[in-house]
Amino acid sequence: MPEVKTIKRRKIESSSVMNKYMADYFLDLDECARTGKKKVAWCTSVGPAELLLSMGFAVHYPENHGAMLGATRMATDLIPIANSQGYSPDICSYLTSDIGSYISGNTPLTKAYGIKEIPKPDVLVFDTNQCRDVADWMEWYARRLNIPILGVYAPKYPNEITEVHIQSLKQQTEDLIEPLEKISGNKFDIDKFREKMKLSRQCTELWGRVLDTAMATPSPLTFFDGTIQMGPAVVLRGTQRAVDYYELLLKELEQRIASGVGAVANEKFRLYWDGMPIWGRLRANSELFASLNSSVIASTYCNSWIFSSFDERDPFYSMAKAYLEIFIVRSEDSKVDYITRMIEKFKIDGVLYHDAKTCPANSNCRYGMNKRLEESTGVPSLVINGDLNDLRCVSDEQMRTNVEAFIEQLEENA
Amino acid sequence: MSERVYCGVDLGSSRTKLVLIDKEKNILASSVIKSGWDFSLSAEKALADALAKAGLSRSDIKATVSCGYGRGNVMFASEHKTELACHGRGSYHRFPFAINIVDIGGQDNKIIKIDKDGKRRSFKMNRKCAAGTGAFLEEMAMRLDVELSQMNEVAKNAKGMVTIGSYCTVFSATEVLEHIRRGKKVGDLVKGLFTSVIKRIMEMESFEDAVVISGGVVHHNPIIADILSERLGKEVLKAEQPQIAGALGAALYAMDL
Ligand code: SF4
Repeated sequence: MPEVKTIKRRKIESSSVMNKYMADYFLDLDECARTGKKKVAWCTSVGPAELLLSMGFAVHYPENHGAMLGATRMATDLIPIANSQGYSPDICSYLTSDIGSYISGNTPLTKAYGIKEIPKPDVLVFDTNQCRDVADWMEWYARRLNIPILGVYAPKYPNEITEVHIQSLKQQTEDLIEPLEKISGNKFDIDKFREKMKLSRQCTELWGRVLDTAMATPSPLTFFDGTIQMGPAVVLRGTQRAVDYYELLLKELEQRIASGVGAVANEKFRLYWDGMPIWGRLRANSELFASLNSSVIASTYCNSWIFSSFDERDPFYSMAKAYLEIFIVRSEDSKVDYITRMIEKFKIDGVLYHDAKTCPANSNCRYGMNKRLEESTGVPSLVINGDLNDLRCVSDEQMRTNVEAFIEQLEENA
Repeated sequence: MSERVYCGVDLGSSRTKLVLIDKEKNILASSVIKSGWDFSLSAEKALADALAKAGLSRSDIKATVSCGYGRGNVMFASEHKTELACHGRGSYHRFPFAINIVDIGGQDNKIIKIDKDGKRRSFKMNRKCAAGTGAFLEEMAMRLDVELSQMNEVAKNAKGMVTIGSYCTVFSATEVLEHIRRGKKVGDLVKGLFTSVIKRIMEMESFEDAVVISGGVVHHNPIIADILSERLGKEVLKAEQPQIAGALGAALYAMDL
């Protein structure tokens, strides 16, 4: 009988604090939506959240809700509802599952926090730096709920970020002030904005340091932990709590490094994950890699929330620059450079590319990048076919066989 | 001869292949049976069959390695590997130089690249669809009312060929129906289907080294190897029993235990 391997993964103790902070955030958001204590803005995840916070909005992040729909595996039942409304199964499954969630009145917030329905927005704000789907997604709500929608349109795929790019984004962001003042009833205050930017910068710096702990061998953190631990970096950025949390988490991880403790008990191979997580299989995948003594330690996804250009002294300019520098919106060449640097920095033995059926914007193996990087770095790679939320596009058996075969290959060539 | 026999089992979704080899790596016996739904039972049956053919008993087996979809269901295996590893090893054993292996299975296709030292450099399995696999051919044989076992012959005797353009199984089926309606010859259609299998393979990878073809589909339909060779413009190597490459590789791994 083949040996049944025990799965050795270590839990992050600080998570209980994060869970509390996240719960408080959602409960407050719900209260704002119900009582009008604050106006509610929906903001796409790499949109101008700091500006909205400074103007007194409670901010809801639709992609975060999308990820919850994926992680709870509610998405696969909800996507067909949006499909039946004319939204193709081939487009963003955050979008389709979220719309399905709204139409059917099912949200994971109910089970997690006792929140009856998704907090209704007073304004929708998007930034197309990620993809066009975020705009289409917000437009659906704008039509359905008849509420104002504001967008920032980012230039696509720049190799170098130029002054022209930054000035365009800066201007578009400044133009949001007037309508936002009307909707919120609050006057824009540059000092408040600076304060939010400062907190966001501190959060992002700490988050960057958290992710950098994975440079240690063995790594105290996996990509799968990272996808959960990044919650505060997405939804609590611009708040003191996010800063406090990452200080706490950093301490725990540094302690692990000091005592030589890895997130995976026997880290033989260090892997890099490019592309979206497969939310409904986080645990299964984390166990799969751990059982093969492999640790997926770094990713493009988690690192996308490091905004190193944030500078509260020049908030509009630095925000425009930071939100333009993110991986997803950049040229193929800058992506190649980025992953090459990550491979070196984290001493990566193999790269995994998740080709997510419904997210072409973040599936980076579709234009031969994987082959080119294999050649230039000599680090082997594997393409995993799946999806972020639509489990109809995921085959567990194929995933297992592919991953096992990849680790075998690394072992045989070690 | 006691305790000097090594066993490899490739428990695929459609067929179970089992090979017994001696310590000189000679094949003593092999068995290929339907996998059915009880994988453990199929493994047992294949084992009994091969042992009987070789005139051996269970106690002669020193070690067993399993691979394939049902690799975890082979109760008498002491270790399991993926079919990618085993196919690579099995084919390299027969063709010990840098090779690109094309394995066409019941449910999936694999392309495995092995370097001159026998090390695996890369591999690919086909994606979500049955197009280009054995399952696709089975479905199409049914539509055309041709016995699976007759397909090779029918295609060989064809004078022409009907091109199947789509790479989706469902679209291909519609295309086939349309051609039947238009009165195209069955032989030409079957040849077109085999060619479409090869096209699906050639989309998956580029082939720089010597090409080896394996798997049950090509065992029953050797014409597929000819079509691949014609399309690639080079010779395609095929072992005598191409469907047991994975099981042979597993048996070779058993020798390492
Ligand atoms: S980047 Fe991908 S997952 Fe994110 S919103 Fe766009 S399409 Fe959806």
